[in-house]
Amino acid sequence: MDKSFTERRRRELLVAASLAVAAALVPLFVKNPNVQNIMILTLMFGALSQSWNILSGYCGQISLGHALYFGLGAYVTTLLFVKFGVLPWFGMIAGGIFCALIAMALGYPCFRLGGHYFAIATIVIAEIGLLLIQNWEWAGAALGIEMPVRGDSWLKFQFARSKLPYFYFALALACVAWFVTWWLEDSKWGYWWRAVKDNPDAAQSLGVVVFDSKMGAAAVSAFLVAVGGSFYAMYVSYIDPGSVMGFQFSLLMALPAVLGGIGTLWGPLLGAVILIPLTELTRSYIGGSGRGVDLIVYGTLIVLIALARPEGLIGLFSRKGATR
Amino acid sequence: MTALLETRGVWQRFGGLVANSDVSISVGRGEIVGLIGPNGAGKSTLFNLIAGVLPPTQGSIWFDGEDVTKMPAAERCQRGVGRTFQVVKSFETMSVIDNVIVGALVRNTVMREARRKAHEVLEFTGLAARADVLASDLVPAEKRRLEVARALATEPKLLLLDEVLTGLTPTEAQTGVALVRKVRETGITVLMVEHVMEIVMPLVDRAIVLDLGKVLVEGKPADVVRDPKVISAYLGDRHAQSA
Repeated sequence: MDKSFTERRRRELLVAASLAVAAALVPLFVKNPNVQNIMILTLMFGALSQSWNILSGYCGQISLGHALYFGLGAYVTTLLFVKFGVLPWFGMIAGGIFCALIAMALGYPCFRLGGHYFAIATIVIAEIGLLLIQNWEWAGAALGIEMPVRGDSWLKFQFARSKLPYFYFALALACVAWFVTWWLEDSKWGYWWRAVKDNPDAAQSLGVVVFDSKMGAAAVSAFLVAVGGSFYAMYVSYIDPGSVMGFQFSLLMALPAVLGGIGTLWGPLLGAVILIPLTELTRSYIGGSGRGVDLIVYGTLIVLIALARPEGLIGLFSRKGATR
Repeated sequence: MTALLETRGVWQRFGGLVANSDVSISVGRGEIVGLIGPNGAGKSTLFNLIAGVLPPTQGSIWFDGEDVTKMPAAERCQRGVGRTFQVVKSFETMSVIDNVIVGALVRNTVMREARRKAHEVLEFTGLAARADVLASDLVPAEKRRLEVARALATEPKLLLLDEVLTGLTPTEAQTGVALVRKVRETGITVLMVEHVMEIVMPLVDRAIVLDLGKVLVEGKPADVVRDPKVISAYLGDRHAQSA
């Protein structure tokens, strides 16, 4: 029995590695920049959703305010670069650490709230963050800040001519988020988180420090999401509060995981692969003037999934996969 | 040697309701003690106080020579208090083995060892064949056993069993009794709350009867069941006179 477990873990790694290699080869055949853009966003939201899944899927603390960390990551990186000349690579790490600390500071009062109240608190806090940035003159207020373009460079992570570097970074991000999840799944934290989600009282009686588990999950989750936000800022090279910290980002992080399978290893990526292209396509073909058609489309999708297969699409593949 | 567990003048009030008043009990090392009493006697409350779910309003609780009155449940578990729940609280979305691993992680930091320990405990409790099944797919008797398995995986010095034998079929109850005996043989001290007298009495070294939040009688099971005070608490005064 032990052997089959180790085998399964190894197989998961192998599948992930093969998928990563396959994904890395795609741009060799797909040269259309619009399609490449969709692939980059898919990988990015896959990574973000995977990170969201750590706190909300595994540990069961549903956050609808992760846009806060996404936006703060974007802002920290951009501000450090524009105002102090700090390279985005360092800005990314700084943003991640900053957001991990913020997540713990917010978690300290919020993790005492149970169930839906926690989710509501996260929405409110993210909105407050948005309002604060919108009114902060030094950080560009509602107008936002532009990344000065200084020519293609890996050092500054700026590329005007090709999308490929962004693609490979997004792919790396998705791989890291997946691997971190995979690794944590079979660690003390992974077991603690699932125990806390399923039954905090029983968890406590078995020596699980519930509060610490939640804090740990929040910190890891926020760190990874902030790195994603940093990447997005570099990719679009112009940020304003609404375009990086709006509520839609919180949704776009939660929905792929919910669609694919919340609290599962593969769910978020699977969900992102379906949802993000769909969003982008509906936006470009039928979006246009009437905003929100894309939201209607995947709102419908989520309702269908919730009715037909509440454990997410991953449940179509295997009974077992749904439980992990 | 001092007792493994001691409650000293413990009171618990919920608003105007006094669930435990001045309860002082002790459980010696290696003993198997039954905590019995009619509905509403305060057994579950006392149990939760010992497990650390809530602190007592007054009084103190000592475990293994240490004052644990204010210690949270998770820390008590680390000190060696294991418990089961009357209403089973399995981790429903996790497999049986994963449920037990959560408990095993208290004493094993390396995953491989925690997993091995969990398999060992499943073997011991007769759940090995169900290791990879989801906890939500277990039948009630198996869920009870999983509660015990999880608690055993924490390698407790004191195991608190909250009505693990109640509501089972006679055959299931017999297997349950056998398991409790087996646990006791490994040297673990057991304190069990139980409703059904005829099951507990042959099993325990000593019985403590609670009634209306107070310790009514304490002693050998054979003496306790004949005690008029116990009979009247369970059945009313008329029966006590005829006994």
